[in-house]
Amino acid sequence: MNHRAIRAIYLFEMARTWRTLLQSIVSPVVSTSLYFVVFGAAIGSRISQVEGVSYGTFIVPGLIMLSVLTQSIANASFGIYFPKFTGTIYEILSAPISYFEIVLGYVGAAATKSIILGLIILATAGLFVPLHIHHPVWMLAFLVLTAVTFSLFGFIIGIWADGFEKLQMIPMLVVTPLTFLGGSFYSIDMLPPTWRTVALLNPVVYLISGFRWSFYEIADVSVTVSIGMTTAFLVICLVVIWWIFRTGYRLKN
Amino acid sequence: MSSIISVANLSKTYGSGFKALKNVNLDIKRGEIFALLGPNGAGKTTLISIICGIANPSQGKVLVGGEDIQTSYRKARSLIGLVPQELHTDAFESVWATVSFSRGLFGKPKNPDHIEKVLKDLSLWDKKDNKIITLSGGMKRRVMIAKALSHEPQILFLDEPTAGVDVELRKGMWEVVRGLQQSGVTIILTTHYIEEAEEMADRIGVINKGEIVLIEDKTTLMQKLGKKRLTLHLQGKIASLPESLRHYELELCDNGATLVYDYDTKGERTGITSLLGDLRTAGIRFNDLDTTQSSLEDIFVDLVRTS
Repeated sequence: MNHRAIRAIYLFEMARTWRTLLQSIVSPVVSTSLYFVVFGAAIGSRISQVEGVSYGTFIVPGLIMLSVLTQSIANASFGIYFPKFTGTIYEILSAPISYFEIVLGYVGAAATKSIILGLIILATAGLFVPLHIHHPVWMLAFLVLTAVTFSLFGFIIGIWADGFEKLQMIPMLVVTPLTFLGGSFYSIDMLPPTWRTVALLNPVVYLISGFRWSFYEIADVSVTVSIGMTTAFLVICLVVIWWIFRTGYRLKN
Repeated sequence: MSSIISVANLSKTYGSGFKALKNVNLDIKRGEIFALLGPNGAGKTTLISIICGIANPSQGKVLVGGEDIQTSYRKARSLIGLVPQELHTDAFESVWATVSFSRGLFGKPKNPDHIEKVLKDLSLWDKKDNKIITLSGGMKRRVMIAKALSHEPQILFLDEPTAGVDVELRKGMWEVVRGLQQSGVTIILTTHYIEEAEEMADRIGVINKGEIVLIEDKTTLMQKLGKKRLTLHLQGKIASLPESLRHYELELCDNGATLVYDYDTKGERTGITSLLGDLRTAGIRFNDLDTTQSSLEDIFVDLVRTS
């Protein structure tokens, strides 16, 4: 194992975060605060409680997931796309480093950033609403699992994209709608039966449901199903990445 | 001298069907400077890319330091430093950070003394804290060389190292390359500048249309393929050559003031003695003569044209 190479990529990517602190950390925190103002204060004042939890408190796990999902994808996809765009990928490909180590460096850094961000948003939420986390270990486990899984997904998008438009396309057109429709701001039990069935096709529902359960012990679907679905998506991403490196897809001629 | 790189039956066909390399066989000797010459699209960069792990071969085998580039890629790649043709650099990192990053990528422990030496050798020391985006093209080129040298490679690939670099800087780079060779590094350079190969290389390979046309010691190549040219400066101008001199294939230049004769030094007869005798018989006198050796460029152009 080339530990130094993994460390070099990891620190290089983390350094980019500190250089772009406003964009990487401050911007998502400001956005989340605005969500609290709009959804928590304005709309929340008309919805007293959801499943025994005040609306403002109810949306906290969904808001964290919203940021963790989008930022994991954005960080990981940009992290690998940018060397492809500038051409500096030659150095990664010609270094004595395995594919697994490359993924570990890039995805590890992207996931770390998302986890840090998730925790910052959690702390920010604590300023707006009272929080009590029933299962902190599970909460962290869901956070890490989601950050890693979606960083892997972002890595795939970064490899697949051959232009900035494609880099933005999946996050903008697929992930954001799925996240909004995945129960970030409501319980899918609040939907009519037909839409509830449709919602169950959305993988994000399972992430948010499991994550919310770790906070308040309330869930749209069973926790086991949530973990199973997230793990299944993780495995799919790993298989796709294995295939990418085996074939050299969009990396090697 | 033992081979440090051994390429056997290497072929590369791109997805489009274009055959970039056709059954290439090549051995690079330890410690030499090997210049790979070839016109645009000949396959130089593809060959380097495969050896360095950037492109996959379609067929064939490459050993670097005795290690297979596919089955033992870690050992093989750790011996190589690559300076690609294009200026692929980060933008916002400092020179020091990007060179240190490269060292880490190759699994080497931190060694600030070595990085300092590399940067000083390449006249980049005073720029070590500058962001790469602020550097000139020539400096960026040197940063790329510094990155390639950061992990103390035994082999350095320089793909068009002096493309777009001014004359002074080019000569400075030649000095750096010579210094590296003296420290035991094997250097493979591709270039369009024949002058560069002529100046630097121990051996020369010519590649054209994906095939190695020739591999030869530079001096042997110059002797074997190099032709000499005899120029006779006539005492008086002549309008045309007399019939008795036609079979020499002379060229009458400068409005009849000079006669040019190309001859092969390795030939059984150069024809000079009989030419001079026939000139005297024909009453053509000259007051000066000089001979010149054909350049590597002439040899290269001939080879590419005939291959």
